[in-house]
Amino acid sequence: MIPASFDYSAPDTLDEALKLLNELGDEAKILAGGHSLIPMMKLRFAEPEHLIDIGNIPDLSYLKFEDGVMKIGAMTREVDVEDSKEVGKYFPIIHDVAKLIADPQVRNFGTLGGNLAHGDAANDHPAIMIALGAEVEITGLEGKRTVPIDEFFYGFYMTAVQESEILTEIRVPIPKGKFGNAYHKNERKVGDYATGGVAVQLLLDDDGVCSHAGIGLTNVNPLPLRASRSEEALVGTKVDDEAIEKAAQYASEDCNPSTDLRGDEDYKRRIIKVLTKRMIKKSLERALS
Amino acid sequence: MKKEITLKINGEEYTAEVEPRTLLVHFIREQEGLTGTHIGCDTSSCGACTILINGRSAKSCTLLAIQATGKDITTVEGMATAEGVHPLQEGFKENHGLHCGFCTPGMMLRAVELLEKNPNPTEEEIRWGISGNLCRCTGYNNIVKAIQYAGAKMRGEELPSTEPEFID
Repeated sequence: MIPASFDYSAPDTLDEALKLLNELGDEAKILAGGHSLIPMMKLRFAEPEHLIDIGNIPDLSYLKFEDGVMKIGAMTREVDVEDSKEVGKYFPIIHDVAKLIADPQVRNFGTLGGNLAHGDAANDHPAIMIALGAEVEITGLEGKRTVPIDEFFYGFYMTAVQESEILTEIRVPIPKGKFGNAYHKNERKVGDYATGGVAVQLLLDDDGVCSHAGIGLTNVNPLPLRASRSEEALVGTKVDDEAIEKAAQYASEDCNPSTDLRGDEDYKRRIIKVLTKRMIKKSLERALS
Repeated sequence: MKKEITLKINGEEYTAEVEPRTLLVHFIREQEGLTGTHIGCDTSSCGACTILINGRSAKSCTLLAIQATGKDITTVEGMATAEGVHPLQEGFKENHGLHCGFCTPGMMLRAVELLEKNPNPTEEEIRWGISGNLCRCTGYNNIVKAIQYAGAKMRGEELPSTEPEFID
């Protein structure tokens, strides 16, 4: 399968890329790792007239821990976070997901920025970034702006990133005190999208009472979903069995899965319920260890 | 619309005109005639088209040739040296790591990176490491053994037995 014809540029700086993007408007598409876009182009689901490859822009790939925030450059590859010990120290959740995203070859090229900017609720990082309360930095010719993750996803393949803008950085607050986070998705086989996935982060105070909970759900809603009622069910409790049961039940009720080859709606709600329970327990274990 | 690209394949420099939409795997196979890199699923699932780009294993059906500009590519044709076959090639041969051989080039190149990052992987790490490569013949056991054999050889350790195991 070969994509439809297109023109190609690979600018060396972000500024050049933005200028080009402004000139070309909706004819152009940004090429990051390309492991979502190129398959879509091969299937002719996408036929952009111009690809702007940002792979040659040197300062878009980094991991920094500063100002209480983990800053991830948009072109940071999945493999780079997978291999980072410092990421694992604060965000074992990101190591949980690393193994579950596609396969090693795809993770060598797929980027975190692309995973979010693609705007697909079936991708894994959206739910994780919801659980972690991330912010996304978007750059245009007029400058940079920051969008909280809850305001980032607009619709299927649509995000807050406008035609003339590029997602440049993901910022994840580094949790303090007692914290734990975890992710799992149920997949039929390696490389498949999630039948359902659940990301959880818990913060506990000195008495073991949950002071903050973040829960994101993968591929069970048109948009990546924050399970708000589940989060509220945990905050203020010692995350006992009753609170966990309640949170899991709410998550299964509040998601909107559709019946497809991966399972029917009822099955997916059950998957979400089970995974929510397990991920809360795993986060709690990590917080207490 | 064609653009000029220059890249290295197995140490040799190639300059060619390509359409931006030319996939790297088509460039390698059809334009440069290196047909050891296979096309299986053509949807980045099976790993038969796996090559190394600057040492990183990649599915060449999901990259554009033009993205490889200035990069260093290794295909199966570049694995053996004047001294002989690569330890992985030897491992696959000695352990019957292939039947039809279609997945083998991709499997071996994936294993090159796997062993480079993790010279002494556990069986589980090997199985996760080749999770992006499908084999429909071997049932994977002999592929895992082939990689373990190559690992031992590259570490300079005693080679594991290549006798087949029979299960009663």
